[in-house]
Amino acid sequence: MSGPNAAPQPGPPLWLLAELTYRCPLHCAFCYNPVDFATSGPELSTDDWLRVLREARAAGSVQCGFSGGEPMQRDDLEVLVAEAHRLGFYTNLLTSGVGLTPERAAALKAAGLDHIQLSFQDSTRELNDFLSHTRTFDLKQRVAAMIKDNGWPMVMNCVIHRLNIDYIDRIIEMAVELGAEYLELANNQYYSWALLNRDQLLPTREQLERAERITNEYREKYGDRIRIFFVVPDYYETRPKKCMNGWGNVFLTVTPDGTALPCHTAKMLPGLAFPNVREMGVREIWYESEGFNRYRGDGWMKEPCRTCPEKEKDLGGCRCQAWMLAGDPAAADPVCDKSPAHHLVTEALARAERGEGTAMPLVFRDPAASRRLAAGEG
Amino acid sequence: MSAAEPGPRVSRRFRLQWEEAQNAWVLLYPEGMVKLNQSAGEILRRCDGSRTEAAIVAELEDAFGASGLADDVANFLAMARAQQWIET
Repeated sequence: MSGPNAAPQPGPPLWLLAELTYRCPLHCAFCYNPVDFATSGPELSTDDWLRVLREARAAGSVQCGFSGGEPMQRDDLEVLVAEAHRLGFYTNLLTSGVGLTPERAAALKAAGLDHIQLSFQDSTRELNDFLSHTRTFDLKQRVAAMIKDNGWPMVMNCVIHRLNIDYIDRIIEMAVELGAEYLELANNQYYSWALLNRDQLLPTREQLERAERITNEYREKYGDRIRIFFVVPDYYETRPKKCMNGWGNVFLTVTPDGTALPCHTAKMLPGLAFPNVREMGVREIWYESEGFNRYRGDGWMKEPCRTCPEKEKDLGGCRCQAWMLAGDPAAADPVCDKSPAHHLVTEALARAERGEGTAMPLVFRDPAASRRLAAGEG
Repeated sequence: MSAAEPGPRVSRRFRLQWEEAQNAWVLLYPEGMVKLNQSAGEILRRCDGSRTEAAIVAELEDAFGASGLADDVANFLAMARAQQWIET
């Protein structure tokens, strides 16, 4: 193929994200799982997942993340990790630590699990208090000890938002105290549940700048002892992120019901039929399905992206954000200040500055709220 | 490096692996991957602790019918140390 509109033949799906379940003991108001998760079809069986792992590995996948929901809720997790390890995957478990006992940690180690990413997440509904909540800290401490005992690298992740960003010093100190070697401070991205709660979760510019400054001070203080990654929220940028490093370029997500997606939120996009691993093999999904080919290359782009000198750099940003904010999945990501819909982002920031909407109650992720939202009851 | 080992070894923080689909050696680490070019892969696959740097150079010169690789290998190993890909 040639010409400006041709989608280049993609490389292999290097990253497989296996979302094993939407079940989760937590109720995070910033969860990226779809708001209608409770109406999702039955979970894939163990055999289905084993086949997906084999097919993905044969197609060239090498990093495998087990996620959810809370993946510890699946009692076949150890079986899946063992097969992924046997196949030559580098295996990552993304967990809140709830449900991880010393016995299961030892079984996961024996199965060949390479890495656990432990999230600081709120185990209570008292978001404001979660840092001082001893139960949360006790849990993290127990899990951190298990991670060390099994010789895994200690990688922690914390989603940062308006309600916890002012405590970033305490978050970093807690990570250091728990022996974290890596800490990812991931500013909330506004999808799914986080979009519902955006007015309550979006920090002000002043909060953000303070948090970055403090993070830099801690980097200097601790040096190599802990590597801190600070992921800036894209709403405060003027150019969009190169979402998923390109649509259908590296990432393959398989949702609990077997839907294959180019990113974990793409199911929201209208007019796209995504294949299911129960009906189609991974190689065919990746190279041939309409869902994965739609936004590859730049043939789908409209103005201002189509003639933008930076289009290769960000590939027009995030398709989901374009759909959520501008109502068109082929539009420029409204984070870009060249987008005609950019005012929607700056207006959200202005509301954050004024603190509008912050008195509204948070909508917490739980099955009852999900069913209400799926039924359009808001 | 343990006292018994004469040469550099790939760090336990990384896993070195041949990937057929990429036709390359890769270094895997938590949620990430470094795809190595051919010469980097050929050097790192020999960093198992049992070979001294001089032995690695000699093996490579023999395998590729080349000479004078010592500086290239030394430069690469210095970079690999700075990246913490290898221990000592």
